Amino acid sequence: MNFKRLGSIAALTVAGTIVLTSCAANEPAPAGNGGSSDAAGEFVGEIVGIGASSQGSAQEAWIAGFQTANPEATISYDPQGSGAGRESFISGAADFAGSDRALNDEEIAAGGFGACAPDAVAYNLPVYVSPIALIFNVEGVDELNLDAATAAAIFKGDITTWNDPAIAELNPDAELPSANITAVHRSDDSGTSENLMEYFVANAPEVWDVEPDGVWPYEGGEGAQGTSGVVDAVTQGTNTIGYADASRAGDLGVAKIQVGEEFVEYTPEAAAAIVDASPVAEGRDENDLAIEVDRTLEEPGIYPIVLVSYLIACSEYEDAETAELVKGYLSYVASEEGQQVAAEEAGAAPISAELSERVAASIEAIQ
Amino acid sequence: MTTAPAKAPRIQAPKRPGDRIFSTSTVVAGSIILATLAAVAIFLVAQSIPAFTAPGEEVPTGSFWSYVGPLAFGTVWAAALALLMAVPLAIGIALFISHYAPRRIAQGLGYVIDLLAAVPSVVFGLWGATVLAPMVQPFYLWLQETFGWFPLFYGQVSGTGRTVFTVAIVLAVMVLPIITALCREVFLQTPVLHEEAALALGATRWEMIKTAVLPFGRPGIISASMLGLGRALGETMAVAMVLSPSVVVSFFLLTSTNPTTIAANIALQYPEAHGLGVNVLIATGLILFVITLAVNSLARFVINRRKAFSGAN
Repeated sequence: MNFKRLGSIAALTVAGTIVLTSCAANEPAPAGNGGSSDAAGEFVGEIVGIGASSQGSAQEAWIAGFQTANPEATISYDPQGSGAGRESFISGAADFAGSDRALNDEEIAAGGFGACAPDAVAYNLPVYVSPIALIFNVEGVDELNLDAATAAAIFKGDITTWNDPAIAELNPDAELPSANITAVHRSDDSGTSENLMEYFVANAPEVWDVEPDGVWPYEGGEGAQGTSGVVDAVTQGTNTIGYADASRAGDLGVAKIQVGEEFVEYTPEAAAAIVDASPVAEGRDENDLAIEVDRTLEEPGIYPIVLVSYLIACSEYEDAETAELVKGYLSYVASEEGQQVAAEEAGAAPISAELSERVAASIEAIQ
Repeated sequence: MTTAPAKAPRIQAPKRPGDRIFSTSTVVAGSIILATLAAVAIFLVAQSIPAFTAPGEEVPTGSFWSYVGPLAFGTVWAAALALLMAVPLAIGIALFISHYAPRRIAQGLGYVIDLLAAVPSVVFGLWGATVLAPMVQPFYLWLQETFGWFPLFYGQVSGTGRTVFTVAIVLAVMVLPIITALCREVFLQTPVLHEEAALALGATRWEMIKTAVLPFGRPGIISASMLGLGRALGETMAVAMVLSPSVVVSFFLLTSTNPTTIAANIALQYPEAHGLGVNVLIATGLILFVITLAVNSLARFVINRRKAFSGAN
């Protein structure tokens, strides 16, 4: 209540300022300060986003946060999936898209984005980073070290027992049972699977010999529906291993992944760090922040299995009001506050301050 | 009907507004169901065409027929296994209710079975995935150790128990009420004279059931099974939640690699599908539509052929 009242006073102040300065409404908010939330009620109108379901719960939290601060604005996000999001953005059905991968060069080159001004390009903004944990449930084993090749072989079905020499070599201190491994994967089409496979392909191409895809490529292994299904199957099964958004690992054991000489456990900072350390795709607009996540990096303090999900927006919108609202919303999403909300509600890893600034600069360039 | 020709000048009843409104509304209701069915069929066909006509390399799942084949197999396989378990059990329950149990127990049991039909399939799915699968997994291990030579039990036993066998059990539980209720009704309609005649000739109760009740009820049992099969074929949520699916043809009951069903596959893949992928999934839906239609027609055919000499009419 208090907050709302404060909000309306702030709104009044803002409105008054606009009236007095008459044309200040179009002036961009100061870069990098994280935008909208401290200027309550500034934004009006309606925008539609369609895209990845991985961002679904984060988007809900962002929308709730943004609309509380801006009661006149209406944002909707329909988690139809990454592919549908990109298509809707290209056709113009969506003002912005959420996608587990950036638009590729062909899609950018084809241009003609529906909601954008004729010569506009699309900006890919990495705002949702979620570490993927390898979770396991093996009797008598509390800690597990894995490298890419071994993990890939387990999920592919090449390694079938827990006391396989390859696992034993990485875990000299663990008492590994001779039981069969049940490797659980997602049975639905999922960006989580795709990102895990990208990690395998980058680090163990000799084991993982198929292209990364949302649909599980091999016949072996155990399938379960959705993140909850995988977590349940791993929890209830015996001698199981699976992968899930790290925030959902709960009490299950989480494998440490070999990076360089060390075995690292995921942390939000380590997940954000790999995005910072990875280069931005070349040959694109300077404000297009499509990250080429380099999962082979061996620097200390990074965790290589992450899902990076983007918001895709136009560099220039057909409609100025839409542009304003998109800028406002995206600024909130990329702000420290927005990232914190996503971390609390969806278990995402907040992007680093440095990346947040770069994203904010890109958002400023939207017209 | 047969008395009609006697009164040649047919008397036309005065049509009151109530009559007209009622007859029109029934006609409308009748047409709506046909129109709906037609709309579904047209939608399925129209949306499937791109999946059939697109060149193979553009279809995300590879050739359509090699994709839908294992799915169709899985659909029929899981449903058939479920029926194999459900039908004998349902007949047993129905006979118990109609011929063995004291009236009061019979009534209570009947209500409970009907109640089972009201449980939503998501609940069965949750139960199957979280309770049944872990519970039967040790049993599967035992089965494999003891009867490992039996072809259906080959392969490495699933560590979670989420196999096609578990799905079949869940499906069997789901179709049980429908089959039981229909069988019970049919058995209760056995002419009392037949039953008494059998008993009078010195038949025991089992012999009476064998000679009078079961032959009389056979078409009823078949149609009840087919209705159950229809539900098992189309069941989506329970299968999607319980099964560990792959697009394969496999007869092994206890492994992690199980053939999945068309309906469950659509439910799992549709949320992220786009472009031609959507058309392919809808086309698999069309195949399911055709399979269900074929099963129902077959059931009708069998019943009609049997009705003549079973005494059901």
